[in-house]
Amino acid sequence: MTTRLRDTLTGWALVAPAMILLVAFTHWPALASFWESLTSTARPRRPSRFVGAANYEQILADPVFWRALTNNAWYALATIPLAVGLALLMAVWVNDRIPGRTFARVAYFTPTILPMIAVANIWLFFYTPGYGLLDQVTGLAGIPSRNWLGSSETALGAVTLVAIWKEAGFFMIFYLAALQGIPPVLAEAANLEGASRWTYFRRVQLPLLMPTTLFVLVNAIINAFRTVDHIVVMTRGGPDNATTLLLFYIYETGFKYWDTAYAAALTVVLLAILGTVAAIQYGWLERRVHYR
Amino acid sequence: MDRRQFIVGTGAAATAASLAAPAIAQGAPTEVSFYFPVAVGGPITKVIDGYAADFAKDNPSIKVVPTYAGTYQDTLAKVLTAHKAGTPPTLSVLLSTDMFTMIDEEAAVPFDGFLKTEADKAWLKSFYPAFMLNSQTGGETWGIPFQRSTIVLYWNKELFKEAGLDPETPPATWAEHTAFAERLTKRDASGNTATWGTQIPTTGFAYWLLQALTIAAGGTLANQEGTRTAFDSPANVEALTYLVDLSRKQKVMAPGVIDWGTTPRDFFERKAAMIWTTTGNLTNVRTNAKFPFGVAMLPAGQRRGSPTGGGNFYLSKTAKPAEQEAAVRFVRWLTMPERAASWSVATGYVATSPAAYETPAMKEYVAAFPPAAVARDQLQYAGAELSTHENQRVVKALDDNIQAALGGTKTPDRAMKDAQAEAERILKSYR
Repeated sequence: MTTRLRDTLTGWALVAPAMILLVAFTHWPALASFWESLTSTARPRRPSRFVGAANYEQILADPVFWRALTNNAWYALATIPLAVGLALLMAVWVNDRIPGRTFARVAYFTPTILPMIAVANIWLFFYTPGYGLLDQVTGLAGIPSRNWLGSSETALGAVTLVAIWKEAGFFMIFYLAALQGIPPVLAEAANLEGASRWTYFRRVQLPLLMPTTLFVLVNAIINAFRTVDHIVVMTRGGPDNATTLLLFYIYETGFKYWDTAYAAALTVVLLAILGTVAAIQYGWLERRVHYR
Repeated sequence: MDRRQFIVGTGAAATAASLAAPAIAQGAPTEVSFYFPVAVGGPITKVIDGYAADFAKDNPSIKVVPTYAGTYQDTLAKVLTAHKAGTPPTLSVLLSTDMFTMIDEEAAVPFDGFLKTEADKAWLKSFYPAFMLNSQTGGETWGIPFQRSTIVLYWNKELFKEAGLDPETPPATWAEHTAFAERLTKRDASGNTATWGTQIPTTGFAYWLLQALTIAAGGTLANQEGTRTAFDSPANVEALTYLVDLSRKQKVMAPGVIDWGTTPRDFFERKAAMIWTTTGNLTNVRTNAKFPFGVAMLPAGQRRGSPTGGGNFYLSKTAKPAEQEAAVRFVRWLTMPERAASWSVATGYVATSPAAYETPAMKEYVAAFPPAAVARDQLQYAGAELSTHENQRVVKALDDNIQAALGGTKTPDRAMKDAQAEAERILKSYR
């Protein structure tokens, strides 16, 4: 056996375990979903058949889909900048030598280690009208009780806040690690030059954190479309679809209505959205990121 | 009396019944796989396992293997997935309203084919007729009632007394219900509400609670074939209007959509003086309410009324005939009056046959705790729960529009018209 052939075989053998898992549980299901989205859902008396783009035409005419898409857009627009910004702020804060630093770090990180289902149940209690934590606090100030999850105007905002609270701590860890990697000589040099705290942050820390920011952004966007556990617990998409997000709608279509072909078409749409966003991030944003 | 003693005591009767049933070939026991959900508190899985063990003692030729399968929703998903994979459980407990889904998926077989003698047919007639409404269609019986419930009104006697109402008299009509709720609602000077007069939850099962009002208003939501709905009939619109007015006009019910899950808690915390919820919460309320409370039939509109709810037994279409035969025997054994009574005492569900209420154990229970009889007494006024083809979709159309009306984005009339249009679109292909 030639060395070259052996190297090739070794190389493939090394990537094989990861490849097999990826193909079996990611690539193949994605392709299968695409194929299924072009067929009709099998019913006992009406077997599945090829319907072309009919499912996609149905999506265009489906008001609940558009509602879910709009909701998801607002949800993403709010969670991504707020969770990332908050994470950065917390990281810079607990990176400095402040009294009770360890305590603050643990406190910020705690929401991340809780399961989303538990978090949702805690917040369900916060939002409960009348005797929930939020109403008890606002009640002291004389502000009348509100039904946060029960009215269409506030429900989406309420579940968005939960996601921000849950995610900020997780992203903070990445920023904290990156901040620790910045050589202290830079801070000393900035000090000697008489740069203000703000200038140091803007001119030195922030650019050096850009690779982390890109990574965090990618995760934040994926999470904005992926995390729906709290919707199931807190609102089940209600009231009147005010908190229906795309993935939750896919779940309902697939496992509540058993319209699997339509659910597959919705999945393909979601994949296309995520793919586009990822392409923009890696194609355009990455070129603007400064790697040391 | 201890439940176990009680089951042993009725063992003789069970043996007699099983002798009458057709003999099943000797040899290796026939295995009956059995999926069931748990939807109320308490050690339900232990009770079911106990039943299976006791059944095995009386019927050594049959082995029942019970599997806890999660919520109703999970259980349906598992049964259908297993059915599509070719290995369905022989027997399952699913919502009575899943009947059309099971028929459409060709996953269930009617019980009628297994009931040949006069005694068999009499057994079908032994259940409360109200429970059979969601169990039969097209002259065939697809479900056998097991864990069934209705909606009742719970009221706080202490708050009634404080409001100057007779603590022993619940509202009997819609007008009284509104008037009582107005007296019970406590507001402070700045407009905050400490106690709401009444509470009808509207998440999760909004259609079910609304149905308590539509039946009382003399309306019907869907036909018995599950192919046609009449959401926008005048009676049904009147029912939604009554519900919305409680919250938006009279302001005796909290604004917006009210959570199903926290409703019992709101009652314990004195945030709501009256609540409408399932009889399945009876044991929960009895344990946690720190004040004297009453349980009453729902107030009457044109008439009294409540939908039934809860789960039925379904028989798999693709199981082997011997297994189906054995499963039917297990179902008959479980629905005998003595066992139906023990199940009702253990869970709070309504016992499924009048004969069960004549058993000594049930009489003793009802005598010690009279509220347990309210749901039974209400059964004579009960109607079928909303159930159609593509049930989940049709129900969602109605739920969404009820919530829109409560939120004020649609008038009750508009909401019911929109729900009807959507249901019409979904059901057209089933006629």
